[in-house]
Formats: sequence, structure tokens, C-alpha cells
Amino acid sequence: MAPETSGAAVRLDGIVAGYGQITILNGLSFTAPAAKITTLIGANGAGKSTVFKTIFGIVRPRAGSVTIGGEAVTGFPARELLARGIVYVPQGRNLFPTLSVRHNLELGGITLGSRALIAQRMEAVFARFPRIAERAEQQASALSGGEQKQLEIGRALLLEPKVVLIDEPSIGLAPKVVADVFALLRGLADTGVTTLMVEQNVRSALAVSDHAVALEGGRVAIEGPAGEMLANPRIKSLFLGGHMEQTG
Amino acid sequence: MRTALRIAALVAILAALIVAPQYLRNYGIYLLSLWSLFAIAAMGLNLTLGYAGQMSLAQAAFLGIGAYAVALLVKAGVPFWVGVPLATLVAFAVGLLLGFPALRVQHHYLAFATLGFNVLVYLAIRNEDWLTGGSMGIGQVMGFAGMPRPSIFGYSLRRGIDFYYLCLAMLCLSTLLVWLLLRSPWGRAFAALRDNPVRAESLAIDIRAYTLLAFAIGAGLAGFAGAFYAPLVQLFDPSPFGLLESLSLLLMVVVGGSGRFWGPHIGAALVLLLPHWLQALLPAWLGPPDQWYLFVFGIAVLVLLTWCPGGLLAIPDRLRARAQ
Ligand SMILES: Nc1ncnc2c1ncn2[C@@H]1O[C@H](COP(=O)(O)OP(=O)(O)OP(=O)(O)O)[C@@H](O)[C@H]1O
Ligand SMILES: [Mg+2]
Repeated sequence: MAPETSGAAVRLDGIVAGYGQITILNGLSFTAPAAKITTLIGANGAGKSTVFKTIFGIVRPRAGSVTIGGEAVTGFPARELLARGIVYVPQGRNLFPTLSVRHNLELGGITLGSRALIAQRMEAVFARFPRIAERAEQQASALSGGEQKQLEIGRALLLEPKVVLIDEPSIGLAPKVVADVFALLRGLADTGVTTLMVEQNVRSALAVSDHAVALEGGRVAIEGPAGEMLANPRIKSLFLGGHMEQTG
Repeated sequence: MRTALRIAALVAILAALIVAPQYLRNYGIYLLSLWSLFAIAAMGLNLTLGYAGQMSLAQAAFLGIGAYAVALLVKAGVPFWVGVPLATLVAFAVGLLLGFPALRVQHHYLAFATLGFNVLVYLAIRNEDWLTGGSMGIGQVMGFAGMPRPSIFGYSLRRGIDFYYLCLAMLCLSTLLVWLLLRSPWGRAFAALRDNPVRAESLAIDIRAYTLLAFAIGAGLAGFAGAFYAPLVQLFDPSPFGLLESLSLLLMVVVGGSGRFWGPHIGAALVLLLPHWLQALLPAWLGPPDQWYLFVFGIAVLVLLTWCPGGLLAIPDRLRARAQ
């Protein structure tokens, strides 16, 4: 990535947000350092996805601010955020199932406004993901889960982002594919992309992350370097105990 | 190779459409002209419904808006070739307005909202007889000959066969424009809207704008078709622009294959022509054909859509899937 794009730390300050009358995030503050991977962990329903939706302007915070690379972007619509190189890969299925792989990718670049530029960026994505390139003319719904995730990530990379928000990238993927996806994210962060990830696969996610934030009750329960989190007894009892984790 | 084959098929069909009138009587030529125009209107509905996923039961109303707009403009002294883009624009603008309910409601609610709109347009045309001639028809305000056929570069298109070639040319033009639209990334966004609107939004596809445009462009195409429908039939009243005709346009889209590029062309042919063929083919002992053919036609549609809900153009995919 270009040098001026490295420096886009994401800061949340006193965020209060929720759905209708219900408050999910209650005075949430943390900073995801620039060009690092920050992993958000928390129980189901803790509000991890809500954090991303708030950053991406889908949920409007009732109080607090979101600052990216020093610029206040609270409540900005998707168009404005994409224009600033902030992309979001939501939880779950994100593709347009009846469209071809190529057309799914192409739509990721619709804000670029120029067909030549879209085509050029698509070539770069195809070069990075040969499996996707081979299947360019297939319907997106015909891809395997891992290929679909690659396509989603490829589509996000089309904008050459400086901040990537990615919600549960490993869901439904085989351990080998999960490792590939994490390695890909690691590689991106090392080229200067600020990465925020939500993961249930806590142990392996923390292993590739630099920073970690644990949510509880709509606030930060614990925050610190990812390596230390793995050793933290509270984290262990809350998120690492029991059946959820096999890998180490 | 596949593209070459497709182009060859297309050229062959076009050639057949060009020579066909030599072998047809007036009524056959009239039916082919009608087919060209209905295919344009159905292409519009296919964009709204098939690609963008927005239910609309008002397509015939836009056909009517186009037909009445061009007739009234010509009556007011506006040249036909200026009236056509104006009529298209009127339909486009009204279509844009009809898009607004779609920003709030979907599916069957939207079906009823658009259905209500079609009834409203129908009643407006029927009741404002000082302007439209009401149920007595356009002849009341335009004179007994009705809407005149235009000429082009000084060449009169009064004969049915000449006017057919005009309709066919307009179908080719509309097909080309829709094709260019749909193969651009911006055209693809219509399908994104249908497949996954929430995700479309997170890619900054402006779903408000695209929903409105899906209605407006769909309506504009119907208005454009309507502007040629008026000089084709010359005398008309509001009845071809009612709810039944909207349902028949919907049937064209669904039978051909909703969301498939050539669906409207095939669907329009089937819905317009099949009843006539059946009428000719059904054995006489069944009784007067006008009582039977619709019945047979209804059953054929029912069987097709039960067996293959994706329409005629989905049949090859289905057979391929079955073979595997
Ligand atoms: N659109 C919505 N409307 C109302 N409530 C919602 C909505 N989306 C989420 N919620 C509620 O907000 C809470 C937090 O949801 P969120 O999706 O942020 O959790 P999460 O931490 O991402 O959970 P998971 O690990 O299951 O993905 C949950 O109680 C959920 O039921
Ligand atoms: Mg979640």
C-alpha cells in the first residue's frame, strides 16, 4: 500500500449504540492501532458485529465518536467510508449468488467510477487469488465456502483499502482454509492495512493478531496485546475454556 | 465458439423476422408488430422485476401513458418524432414516482400498490373524456381516423408492412440499449439489488437510486412502446391499458424467464401468438375455438410454470442439471 495510507488508526470514543430502545454498546472506547490486526472477542450477542455496523455507519451511535486516521467519521454513509479506503466484510453470506464471480468482484469497485480502473484492479485481485480467477465465469453460489470467503475478501481489496473490518471470516471454513485466510489478513496488515476482525476462533485469531479487545456488557472488559491475552486467566475462563477451541 | 453460435442464431432470427412479412397476410404482420412493441414493454418490466426484483403490476399503464401522450402531442401539432421522446420521458417520470412506494414496501404489498396505480391511470384516462375521449376512444378527440402513422425521411409508413419494420427496428434499438445497460457494472447493480440489498448497500450501491431507476427505466421502455402502439392501432380506448394487460405483460416476463435477457422476447411471442395458433390448431369437434383456446393456453402456462418456474429459458439449465 502507499505509504501515506499507513497511519489509519481506528478510535472509538464513548460509543453508545443499539437498536431502537435497546442499548447494546454502552460507552465503548478503544483504539485499533494502525497497520495492525485487532481482534474483537466476546460472547454471542455481546455486540461485536454492532461495533462494526457502528463504525460503518449502518447503526448510528447515540453518543460518542468514531475517528479514523485522525478524521472524525461518525455516522458517515458507506459511500464516504469506501471513498476513504475503509471496507467492511460483514458476517455471513455477502455475495450476490446469481451473479458470476467476475460480476461480484466488479460490483465491489462500483464507487471507483471508471471501468478501466475497475478492470485493472480486478486483474490484481485475480493475480492474488488464482482459484477465483479460474472460476471467474461461474455463478458465485457455486463456489465452495472457502472460495466464497476469498471472493468476499478479494472484492474488499478491489478498493485498495487502508482499513478492513472483517466479521467472523473463519465461520464454516475448514482449519486449513482458516489458516489461509488468517495468513492473508496478516500479510495485508504487514503492508500497512489496519485490520479489525471479529472471531469466535479465539485462539487462532489471537495468534495472528497484534492487539485484542474483549467486550462484555457493551464495554471493553479487557484490552491489550494479543499475546498477553492468551495468557490472561480471565480471558481463559471466559473465552478459551471448553469445547470451542481445538487448535492451539 | 458459444458466442459465435449465439450471434449466428441471432442473425438467423433477425433475417427470419425481416422476410416473414412477405409470407404473411395483414393480420400476421399486425401481430408481429404487436409482438415487437410488447417485447419492448416486457423488457422494461423484466428490468424492474426480473433484474431489480421489484414487483410491478402496472406495466400496461405506462404503455397507455406513452400511447395517449404521443397521440395528444401529435394532436397539439407536435411532430411525431418529437412526441416519441417526450412520451417516453413522461412515462419515465411517472415511473420514477411509482418507485417511491417501493422504497418502503416490497413483494405483495408492492404488488397491490402498483396494481392500485394501474387502476388509477385507467380511471383517469376513462374519466377525462374531454382530453382522451374516455371510453369512446381517442377517435373522439382526434377524428375518426385516429392516430396517424408517421413518415420517416419523407417516406410514409402508412402500410402495415412498413410500420412493422419500424416496430422491429425499435425493438432492435431497445434491445441494444438494454444490453449495453445491463452489461455495465452499473447495470449489474440492479441484480445486486435483487440478490442482496443489504450487502449492495455496504458496497455503496445507492439502493434508493437504483430502485427508483429500475421503475423509471422499466416504465420508460413501456412508454416508448406505447408511443408506437398508438399509430399501430390508430384507434384505441383505455381498455388495452388495464389490469388484465398488466397481468399479461407479467406473464410474458415470467413465461420467458424472469431476469433472463431474451425472456421478454420469447415470452411476448408465446403469450401473443400461442392463443392464435391454438385457435387455428384445435380440432373443430371441441366446439367454437374461442371458448377452448384460452383454456388450453391456461393449462399450458400452468404446466410450464409448475414444472419449470424459471420460465422457458430456464429449461436448458434444468435439463443440464438433470443430466449430471
Ligand atoms: N437489527 C437488529 N435489531 C435488533 N436487535 C439486534 C439487531 N442486530 C443485533 N441485535 C441484537 O444486538 C445484540 C448484539 O448483536 P451483535 O450482532 O452485535 O452480536 P455479536 O457479538 O456479533 O454476536 P455473534 O457472535 O452471535 O455474531 C444481540 O442481542 C442481538 O440480538
Ligand atoms: Mg456477530
